[in-house]
Amino acid sequence: MNQDIFILIEHLRGQVADISYVMLAAGRALAHAADGRVTAILLGHNSQALANELTADQVWYMDHPSLADFNPEIYQQALEPLLTQHAPRLMLFGDTSIGAEVAGPLSSRLGLPLVSYCRSISTQDGTLKFVSQVCGGKILFEGELPGPTALATMMPGVYKPEAGHSAQPPHITLLEAPAFTEPRLRLRRYIEPEIGDVDISKEAMLVAVGRGIQNEDNLQLAQELADALGGVVCSSRPVVDQGWLPASRLVGKSGKHVKPKLYLALGISGAPEHVEAIADAEMIVAVNSDPDAPIFNLAKYGSTLDLFELVPVLTEQLQQISSAVAH
Amino acid sequence: MKIVVPVKLVPDLVEELVINDQGTGLDPMWLRYKLNELDEHAIEQAVLLKERAGAHVTVIALDIDGADDALFTASAKGVDQLVKLCGDFEQGLNNHALAGLIAKLLRQAPADLVLTGVQAHNDLDGALGALLAGFLKLPYVGYVSGVSLSNDSALVRKEYPGGLMAEIEVSLPAVLGIQAAERPLSYIAFSRIRQAMKTATLKEQFLPQVPPAVQVVGRMYKSESGARAMMLQGDVDTVAARLVEIFREAGVL
Repeated sequence: MNQDIFILIEHLRGQVADISYVMLAAGRALAHAADGRVTAILLGHNSQALANELTADQVWYMDHPSLADFNPEIYQQALEPLLTQHAPRLMLFGDTSIGAEVAGPLSSRLGLPLVSYCRSISTQDGTLKFVSQVCGGKILFEGELPGPTALATMMPGVYKPEAGHSAQPPHITLLEAPAFTEPRLRLRRYIEPEIGDVDISKEAMLVAVGRGIQNEDNLQLAQELADALGGVVCSSRPVVDQGWLPASRLVGKSGKHVKPKLYLALGISGAPEHVEAIADAEMIVAVNSDPDAPIFNLAKYGSTLDLFELVPVLTEQLQQISSAVAH
Repeated sequence: MKIVVPVKLVPDLVEELVINDQGTGLDPMWLRYKLNELDEHAIEQAVLLKERAGAHVTVIALDIDGADDALFTASAKGVDQLVKLCGDFEQGLNNHALAGLIAKLLRQAPADLVLTGVQAHNDLDGALGALLAGFLKLPYVGYVSGVSLSNDSALVRKEYPGGLMAEIEVSLPAVLGIQAAERPLSYIAFSRIRQAMKTATLKEQFLPQVPPAVQVVGRMYKSESGARAMMLQGDVDTVAARLVEIFREAGVL
């Protein structure tokens, strides 16, 4: 069976996404053990330079004006013949707003098995295995990737993107683009992120609230704690969806990735879409009444006390210290 | 304008998750199901589109625990038609099989627009919307948090990382994976749900089980990482004081 691994390189507005390097790191670790080659597939227009740091045995680059911006229909038209002609053992996509949009339809159109929320892949006794994280991060599923060709969407967390960067430009093969049919969806424009009063990605102290804050009025508790710490309030998705905080305060897959000195997570369960954005925090402290909350797998310190009892006391103690210092 | 919203009932993560004896899946005896939260957003968005410009909205759910509650709540929100897929689904269906069943329905009764939550926490074999679009050969946009409709197209806002968005025009019919409705989820009083139970028509559609093309099999286990947080013990005053010490040692204070 062909043991080659294909990886769809994700890029947006001239930048290769970190998930691409995560997948390359995974592919590199796997291919050496499985005696296969890693082929990075880069689709774009005037984008060949994006291949320069990709760690792969080879890069296949397809250039066409229709590939100037991500369009899932054009991407599917480009990838279908590659999958059917070359039948790699595995093709990796990001579990993202790019990769998942391509992998799903390819899977159902081509009848190829698809595994999502994949954290790691390995080879054991000649079989290709995966571990996926489901149920908000509470459950792991380990299985064998069905052959002869499987698709998988990958999440960050296990492989470091640094391991997917190459010091030497890889060998690049130019692919001829197929005759693309007119897509049924078209990018009209990009909308830049709203500029809030603070840029949470630059803050050193973050007090993050999740669903456990329960209502908008309780945000006041988090704000007082943030003030006592000299920090800023941010949140996971449910809080922003309720309109309690603006989108500029969102930490997560569709929001900001943060790297504070301290990330104090209050009532946040730790779903993968959130924790991928806080992996670079120097210290995470989590308060959640659920002892099985996945946030405790990432946090350095944790407490299952009621946050509505703990936070006011913590704030008061911090305020007393500030007062003592001021005098 | 016909809008269809296929929804999934998923294990409620508030309950303890128990793995079955074989280690192949969750033990259904201990599971409580609830509507996938992002499917709630899809229903909310569909109702909002109906309120703006008129549309006929149908919600489809598999006949498992919690389906009736989810469907009648949808009716109370303003959904026009409720469809429950009935059959031998005791072993559960993966998303490929569910997408295949829904695709079969929609080929017989096409929709102009299909909205579904962009993902669910138990999507081991891909998200329902993306698979459904592939089976139906329809365009698909995921991570959508804004939709406006004209006769033959939809203008959608798609989310990218870092708060960037893209405005995309999609020809109808199409499938959209909803990340967030344009308004917060509406709270429906139980009295309205009870009223819907009396007045709404719930159509049961019996379908043969369509086996998925490939089953992904394996071993399921609890996520207990070796690197687990040091859990602080004691009462509120003790834990708060310990946190202050920790912040001092870390140079935060």
